[in-house]
Amino acid sequence: MTTTLKKVSAKPELLLSTNHSLCPGCGEPLALRTILELVTELDLRDRTVCVCGIGCYTAFPGIIDVDVLQALHGRAPSVATGAKRVLPDRFVFTLQGDGDMVSEGLQEIIHSAARGEKFTAVLLNNGVFGETGGHMTTTSVLGQRTKTTMETGRVAEQHGYPIKIADLLAQVDGAVYVARGAMHTPSAIAWTKRILREAFEVQLAGKGFSFVEILTMCPTDWYVEPGDTPEWVEENFTGTYPLKILKSG
Amino acid sequence: MTKVLLEGSHAIAEAAIQAGCRFYAGYPITPSTEILEYMSHRMPRVGGVCMNAESEIEAINMVWGAAGCGVRAMIASTGQGISLMQESLAELANAQLPCVVVNMMRGQGDYFQATRGGGHGDYRHIVLAPSTVQEAVDLVMLAFYLADKWRNPVDVLGDFLLGHTSEAVEFRPRDERDLPPKTWAATGARGRRAHNVTPLGSPEKLNLSPGSHYGAIAAKLPRIVAAEKRCETGLLDDAEVAVVAFGSPARFVKYAVRVCREEGLKVGWVRPISLWPFPAEAVAEAAGRVRALAVFEQNAGQMIDDVHLAVLGRVPVVPIGGISHDHSGFGVGPALEPANIIAKIRGVYDGQAAA
Repeated sequence: MTTTLKKVSAKPELLLSTNHSLCPGCGEPLALRTILELVTELDLRDRTVCVCGIGCYTAFPGIIDVDVLQALHGRAPSVATGAKRVLPDRFVFTLQGDGDMVSEGLQEIIHSAARGEKFTAVLLNNGVFGETGGHMTTTSVLGQRTKTTMETGRVAEQHGYPIKIADLLAQVDGAVYVARGAMHTPSAIAWTKRILREAFEVQLAGKGFSFVEILTMCPTDWYVEPGDTPEWVEENFTGTYPLKILKSG
Repeated sequence: MTKVLLEGSHAIAEAAIQAGCRFYAGYPITPSTEILEYMSHRMPRVGGVCMNAESEIEAINMVWGAAGCGVRAMIASTGQGISLMQESLAELANAQLPCVVVNMMRGQGDYFQATRGGGHGDYRHIVLAPSTVQEAVDLVMLAFYLADKWRNPVDVLGDFLLGHTSEAVEFRPRDERDLPPKTWAATGARGRRAHNVTPLGSPEKLNLSPGSHYGAIAAKLPRIVAAEKRCETGLLDDAEVAVVAFGSPARFVKYAVRVCREEGLKVGWVRPISLWPFPAEAVAEAAGRVRALAVFEQNAGQMIDDVHLAVLGRVPVVPIGGISHDHSGFGVGPALEPANIIAKIRGVYDGQAAA
């Protein structure tokens, strides 16, 4: 008796290597995979320019088969602005973490949205500075234990409140599409692929600025086992950061 | 070739356009703002992009994006704004991205900022200092060429006077056929391997670890030093004192030197045009002819360090400039009065006679 196996999953063809430095259980490679699958499905590889920020995901530019402009911490939206303005027929997307976009680069992302820049900004939000070892970012949720809020968790009186960047950007006229996804369950991944596709299509139609926030797991700096991160996301993150489309042009 | 009458700032902007610059980003700041104004209406007419950016940091990173796509890009500001851009100005050199950075200084206090770099790490910008509006035009065009040739930012160091002086200029496009195509740019990887345009090194795509990446960039620096020194000298043949000055103040110095000559003083001048690399040999050669070098610069003494390094104690090096502003603080001060410069030169001439 022979068994025919149906291939249901493979390494994305735009992933040159799986050799990266990210931790087991990290959500960022899942987000990358989802993005690369879409770039292939929409046949965008030959005209894609990825602008990458600084964080754990800075391991990605070297292992993906699309052109990359490496930006400095916080500056990817400005670099993407320059790129998209001089090459308006290219597909330009940014990859930034929460420390990069919402802490260091808040001004850049808001101004780019307000100018209606026709690129897609992707936020990988895990609520910590993962690369430096797990310190509080501006998106760390109340109560979250990080290296710099270890004893008390994030306390509003001491550390202020998390910034819900998607909610902020949805207020900005130049932002056409704003949505939030996550990588913690298969259904969340499917949802995220849907909203990424819609965001990319907004750019391809030249409608304006599009933004997708993706909640990504960081077991190392959340101090949980990789297998426990889906539950952690539901208990700690999705209350502050619900998965939804906040704005759709 | 027809000459056109243009204010220095507008001439600099037009020179950039004629050199093929198709992306400009700026944040208003005196005395560079007129460049942004000119670009805002001129750029769209040649199919380029001008961004009235929301901050200096955003502006320089927009330039980063355009330059990374292989487009000639420029930014202008003054020292204060350039200070805000320093992280990017350092890392643009590490990313080997050609671009032109115009600093319309308030006085000449940004010599160190330009030639030493206000940023982190091992990098240099080529620094060109025009003294007239025509030379500003020529050096802006040269700056784009050198930026592409060396894949490195090139700074043009002007000042308030240069930006607001109107002169008749002509635009003389360069023969640039020896420049290689920008095969490294990020443009979408159609028909080729994907690029990673990065200041960090890229072990996977470029086979460059960070150490070898930075090492390869540092290895360019001595080649730039060997190839790109520029200097102008005058009246040195029988000179007993030479005055070293750069930029707009060098025009005042040349005038003062001529007056000194009419009064019988054997005086000449040395005008570094490239501030990095500094024309040390030309300064040393002048030092070999004279009793003393006088250094006129509108700051507390910055270029004089490079003069000392060139001369190495062979003759006295005497500062005759200094910080000098009018009430506006933009560097047009009484030290520029020819009578002051002439008196200072005479003081060195007489004071160093016995040395």
